[in-house]
Formats: sequence, structure tokens, C-alpha cells
Amino acid sequence: MPKLLLTFLRRVGTSLIVLFGVSILIFGIARIMPGDPARIALGPNATQQQVEALREARHLNDPIHEQYFYFVRELLHGDLGVSLYTKRPVTTDVAQFLPSSLELVFASGLLMVVLGIPLGLLTARYQGRWPDHAGRLMSVIAVCTPAFVWGVILQLLFAYFVPIFPIEGQLSSAMKPPPTVTGFLTVDSILAGNMPTLANALYHLVLPALALALAAIGQTARLTRSSMIEIYRKPYVEMSRAYGFSERKIATRYAFRPALIPTLTVLGLDFAALLANAFLVERVFGWPGLSRYGVEVILRKDLDAIVGTVLIIAALFLICNLIVDLLVSIINPRIRLAEKRAGS
Amino acid sequence: MAEESVLTISDLSLTFGKGRAASQVLNSISLHVKRGEKVALVGESGSGKSVTARLAMGLLQSNKTTISGHIDVAGLDATQGGAAIAAARGRRVTMIFQDPTSALNPVFRVGRIFREVQRTGDESLTPAEMDRRSAEALKAVSIPDPARCLQSYPFQLSGGMNQRVLIAMALINDPSLLIADEPGTALDVTVQAQTLALMHDLTQRKGTAVLFISHNLGVVREFADRVYVIYRGRIVEHATTAQLFSDPRHPYTRALLQAVPKIVKTGLPELPETSPSFLDPLIVHPGCGEPGTVPA
Amino acid sequence: MSARPRSAALESFRSNPISLFGLALVAFCVLAAIFAPWVTPYPTHVGPIGDFAAINAAPSAKHWFGTDTIGRDIFTRVIFGYRLSLTMAVLVLAISVPIGVVLGLVAGYVGGWVEYVIMRLTDVFLAIPPLVLAMSIMGFLPPTLTNAMLAVTAMWWPWYTRLVYNVVRAEAREGYVLAAEVVGASVPHILFREILPNCVPPVLTKITLDIGFVVLMVASLSFLGLGVQPPTPDLGSMVADGAKYMPDAWWLTIFPALSIMVLVLGFNLLGDGLREAFDAEV
Repeated sequence: MPKLLLTFLRRVGTSLIVLFGVSILIFGIARIMPGDPARIALGPNATQQQVEALREARHLNDPIHEQYFYFVRELLHGDLGVSLYTKRPVTTDVAQFLPSSLELVFASGLLMVVLGIPLGLLTARYQGRWPDHAGRLMSVIAVCTPAFVWGVILQLLFAYFVPIFPIEGQLSSAMKPPPTVTGFLTVDSILAGNMPTLANALYHLVLPALALALAAIGQTARLTRSSMIEIYRKPYVEMSRAYGFSERKIATRYAFRPALIPTLTVLGLDFAALLANAFLVERVFGWPGLSRYGVEVILRKDLDAIVGTVLIIAALFLICNLIVDLLVSIINPRIRLAEKRAGS
Repeated sequence: MAEESVLTISDLSLTFGKGRAASQVLNSISLHVKRGEKVALVGESGSGKSVTARLAMGLLQSNKTTISGHIDVAGLDATQGGAAIAAARGRRVTMIFQDPTSALNPVFRVGRIFREVQRTGDESLTPAEMDRRSAEALKAVSIPDPARCLQSYPFQLSGGMNQRVLIAMALINDPSLLIADEPGTALDVTVQAQTLALMHDLTQRKGTAVLFISHNLGVVREFADRVYVIYRGRIVEHATTAQLFSDPRHPYTRALLQAVPKIVKTGLPELPETSPSFLDPLIVHPGCGEPGTVPA
Repeated sequence: MSARPRSAALESFRSNPISLFGLALVAFCVLAAIFAPWVTPYPTHVGPIGDFAAINAAPSAKHWFGTDTIGRDIFTRVIFGYRLSLTMAVLVLAISVPIGVVLGLVAGYVGGWVEYVIMRLTDVFLAIPPLVLAMSIMGFLPPTLTNAMLAVTAMWWPWYTRLVYNVVRAEAREGYVLAAEVVGASVPHILFREILPNCVPPVLTKITLDIGFVVLMVASLSFLGLGVQPPTPDLGSMVADGAKYMPDAWWLTIFPALSIMVLVLGFNLLGDGLREAFDAEV
């Protein structure tokens, strides 16, 4: 499908432009903000020579556009600089902490889809009746509650008061982690064929993933409901009924597929928002992800590490939106076949 | 008598809503369509004609509607909707719509919708058989390249093409009754006329009865054997097409007929609603009349 | 987008018990926040000093939400937390909404390279998750109240730009705009007199929803230790600080946490009600 490919490539291009903009923005914020980054990094006890040496090494004495040029040149070589806090390349740090965060985000994304969409279908199908009211109430409460609040509530209820799940961490301390292949504990456990570790990792994953997912589940259910209700009013749904399609087939296929198009777009944004909210949930459950690192480098004014972390998160965010765009154009033939006509 | 009717509506009243918010939409209407017959139900928008069509299909009944009277579709009691009429939809009774393009699901290929329609008729058909039958049905409505049409999405076809597709879909399971709700009103006049002629020929050949819902007396004159005129939820006149056009008796019918030349181009004109004679009782022409009742 | 007439919108809003419940929650929280010094039982507990005779007291008739580690009444601090959160939300939106609306109007109506620059800039801001952007801005600024507010403001305007832009794009094709253009109305006249009124229902609806979400965002920042600093009573930092004493002194965490939920829920239900009443896309 060359047309689809072309569309996709154009989107990739736009995303790269946006990412370029993000790099300018973050770099700009980092450089415009008050204070000497070198002095902040080295602390008040460093000598003036040390500060000057660092300024020279980091090109901080050059004009800002040249600084940006060096920054981009290093970026293109896959170099995000060195964290002044861990004394390691930022890429190494991120590579170490990101997989745990992503594991949490993927688990939540899965919950968002498998719980949110059916809840939305159910409430739309019984619009105005009690399953609708109950489902909507649950959704709105879920959406209005920050992830960290869900975190502490779930932790209190199901880890402290009724100790079903572990309080924090990613694996019991008695467990030996599987050899790192993907960085995802669950996947690595499967690869190592170590079922007890897998069970233990999943067991630790339940509460954080749920806390992170609840708002997204509510949002997904609300969206699915409203787009289903809109589609139910369309003439082609009446046509489906007039031609004898079963209500179940309409709900799960003939109304669902068109309703999914607007839902999916926002679903992508929600999924991407999980990346950010993971910061909060990781805090609550002592999850060894990017959050602890991110907050730590922010508090320590670790310039390169902050810029690097934000850039990587923005890139993940954009990739996520690209995938959603691609999915939308696959299920929406109007985009797939008529992109040229809708051009602008 | 009743066996030869594919649709019998007797003494049907419909109220939307409850209590103070209730509004009566249909007021004790009766009509029937015999096997293979073309009957028109004519009135302006809001007169209750589309509502009647949807009730007959069992599509409107809900907890917000109060219905009295009786609807019999192909021997099934459809008065309160329900599973029996739901199972007959798409097989014994089908419907075509005002705007064919919006009546076809935009994210499925025409061929896919065709298959689903056939599945409601006969579960045992294989996909290949269904596609072959779809192509034949499309050929019958003069679509030049059926294979390509089946591969297309509705938005890739013209309105006239989609109308043909819908007609083919409606008739593929050989229903005994087709309800045409202002078919093709959304299309331009020449295309509408072509597709109507096509529908007429095809239903004539297959012996399908048609309940033709329209506000356009010009169209009705060409395609209907008998006409019911509906005004504000009541049937006000019932005649054969010839009788109605040669001897319109109800003042509302006369007002409609005077507006005919305008109708073809610009749709329905504003009719004066103040005339008290519009609420005259039902006028039944000789030889018409509902089955089981004494002709007036 | 077709906006309903105002009277019909009001009627629809009034007949919806859920929206009215939202309105009641909002009214309760806002009034409590405004009159905090008079309605709270221990207004002096706002600062660093509490009642050392009643440290870590469980909820009781005297202290509805219990007391914290230095004997401060949590109910009092929650109400003052509302005061702070709502003030910040109002300030954030008072700055970011006008910026966003004007940029959206200009981008949507003027078009060309102006549109391209503004909308790509919007894309750039929207490409970074709001919390992460706010966090990173906080990373370069001292963690104070004002800075937290600035950080949230900086990431909030693009949503309004995008919203207004979409409305303008839809409205610009409408007959009345063309009519105004034909009779030679000036661009500012068309923008502010003809198009802007149509943006009011969706923007108002979004503001209502957003007050809740700004509160949520500020609370999240301070939960991470990047916002308001002690002893100022802030809902997010109260949750974070209390979490250290789980599960024994659970009230330290749970009451501030539930209070955030109630406040955001109120604005959300109200906003949803407005959205339905105005039939507005947000």
C-alpha cells in the first residue's frame, strides 16, 4: 500500500520536525534559566578554576546557537552528555531505568484497553439504564483522581490493611532477578524459563499498574461510550438493524469499528500520558524506574540528564502518536484511500 | 383475506414519552399491503409516515413508546417489536433509505456488508457463494463492474451507485415486503428517477410488495397502485392511484396535489395548516378499504 | 459545532442532577476556601506550629481528619490547601487562556506561515507530557510557589490554542463570516466580534474542567517535591509526607488524597454538565 506508506512517512517527517522543536525548547529552557549551570553542577565548594574548566569543556562560554550546534552534533551521535549526578553517560542511565518504567506503562496500557473499552461498550449499550449510571460514575471518579492518590489508596487497602499484594518494589528481595535481556523483568523471566520469578514480578506489578491505569480506564470508557452513542445514531446502524444484523454484532463490529476511529486517537494520547504519570506511581511503590532518576536529577540541577530524559520521553510520546496514527489510518479507509483528496 | 396481506396495520396509535411530556404521533391508523402490491403512504414531514415504517420494522419500539392496535408483518406480530420481527428483518422484510451513502457503513467494503446481509438470510452459504450472489444482484441493478463495486468502500461510489447497492442488498434475500422510506430523496432528481424505475422493475419481476413512503406525489403516481394520504398522524384519504389523481376528495390531498409541480423541483411547499376542513374524517374511495371491513 | 441557545442550555443543565451535584461540590469547596480563616476550626495550624498535646491523633469529633506529626489539624490544612490550589488554578488559567485563545484565533483565521509557526509550536509543547514539561521547568528554577505556577502556565496555553483554532477553522466557512468579509469588515472585527463569541461555550467548558486538572497537576508536582514547600499547606505535599507514616497514621495521607479527589470531581462533573448543556466539543 504505497499511499499508506507515503502518508506514514510524511507523519514521521512532521514528528521529526516537532522533535527538533522540542530539543530547541528544552535546550533553550535549560540555558535561559538563571544561574550558572557549571556552578550549580559542581556545588558551592568548587573553586573558580574548576567551574571555568567545566564551562570550557561544556562549551558554556560560546554563544548559545553554537552551544545548540554542539548539542545537536552530539545528539546525532547518540550522545546525550554525561550526568553530573551518576557520572555516567545519560544514555546508559536511561537505558538502565527506562525498561522498568515501560514495563509498568505497558501493563497499564493493557489494562486500559481490556477494561476500558468493554466498560465503554457496556455503558453505551445500556445508555440511560443502571449499568450506564454505575459505569459512568466509576469512570468519572477514576478520571478525577490523580495516579498517586490511587497509589496510596490501593497500597493502604490491599498491601497494608489486607496484605494481599506487596507494599513496594519490583521483585521480592529473596528472588534472584533473571539475566537482563530486554530489561523487562517479566519478559526476562519468561526468556529464562523462570516461572516463580515471573509470578513474583507479576504479583508486584498488579497494584502499581492498576493505580496508573485507573484514570486511563475511566477516560477510555467515557470516550468509547460517547463515540458509540454517536455512532448508534447513524443511519448505517439503523440500516444494520433493518437488515437483521444482531445487536451483538453491531456492538462489537459494525458500530464499534467506526467508533474506534475517534477513540483510538485520544487513546494514544492517554497511553502517552501514562509515561508521565508513571513518575508519580513509581514514587508511591518504590518502583525502580525513570521516576526516581528523573526527580533526582531535577533536584540536583543535572542539566544534561534533565535535557536527555525529557528528550527521550518526548521521543517516546511522538512514536506512540505515530503508531496510533498508523492504526487509525489502517482502520479508517477514508484516510487510507483518500489522503490526497483531504490533503490540507 | 389476511393471508394475502404481507403487511396489515390496524387501528395503530403511538405515543412518545409519558405523562405531561407525552405526544401522540399516530392516531388510529390502518393500512395494508397485499402480496406483490405497491402501496404508497404520502404525507409531509412530521406526518408520521416514517414512524409508521419503523414501527412496522420493529425498530422504534422502546420503553419510551406506548403503542396500541396491531401490526402484522408477513404473518408475524410486530406490534411490540421483539425477537420474532427482529429475526424476520433482512429476510422477510427490508428497508431502503433516504440517503443511500449514509446508510452504508463507511469503514466496511460493500462486499463485506453484502455478506453480512446474506448471513442473516442463510447461514450455510460460503463466502465465495455469497460473493457470487452479490455480484449477480449487482448486475441485476445494472452496475457495470460488480467485482470492483464489491471491493469498494461506500464513499468511493456515487450516490446513485450506492442506491443501487442498497436496492440489491434489500432484495438479495427475496423478502416479501420492501419498505422504501423516501428512497433517494437525498439524490438529485434524475438519479432518483432512474433508481426508482430500477427498483420498480426489479420488485415487479420478483413479486416483492413495496410500501412506498414519500412526500412526492409525482413519484407516487408513477410507482404506486394504491395510495394512503397521511396528515398529522391520521390517514385522511385512501384510494387507488388513478382515483386519487382524478378525484382527490380530502382538502389536504387537494392542497398536496396543487403543489405537485413545485414538489419535483423544490421539495414540499408550506401548506396552510389552519383550515379546519383538514381534519375531515377519512375518505375511502370505492373498491379500497381495509380487509375485513365493509367498504364505504 | 453548533451551540445551543442559552436558555435551552440552562434548561438542560438544570435538569441534570449529576451536574447540579458537581455544582454543589464546587460551591462547597470554593466557599470553604474563600472563608477558610473563619470556617476552619484551627486556622493557626496553617504555619509550622501545631498543638503538641495532640500529635498524630486519629480522626475524632475534635479533629475530623485527625492531626499530623506536629499536632496540626488536617481538616484545617486541607481547607487551606484548597485555598492555595484554587488560587493557583485561577492564576494559571487567567494567564494561559488569553494567550492560548488569541494565538488560536490568529492561527485559524490568518493562516499561511503564521498558522504554520503557531501550530507547530503548539505541537512542540503538546509533544511533551504536561507533567514532564512542568517538572523539567521546575528543574531549572528554585522550587517555589510562583515558579510552580509559571511552569504549569507555560504548558497549559497550547490546549486552548488548539481548541480555538479548530473552532475558528470550522466557523470561518460559515455564512456569517463570509458575509462580514463581503461587506468589508476589518480582520479584528471579524475575529473578536464574529468568531470569538462562538468560542465562548467550548472555552468556558474547558476552563471549568481544567480548574480541576490544574489542581491535579500542581498537587502532582508538589507530591514529587517540586512544588510548594513546607510549611505552606498543600494537598500534594501532604499526601507525600503522610505516606511515610503508612499504615499506622493512614489519615495523614488518605484525607488529603480524598480531598483532591472531591475537588477535581466537582469541577469535572460541572464541566461535563456544561459540555452537555452547550453541546460543545472540548
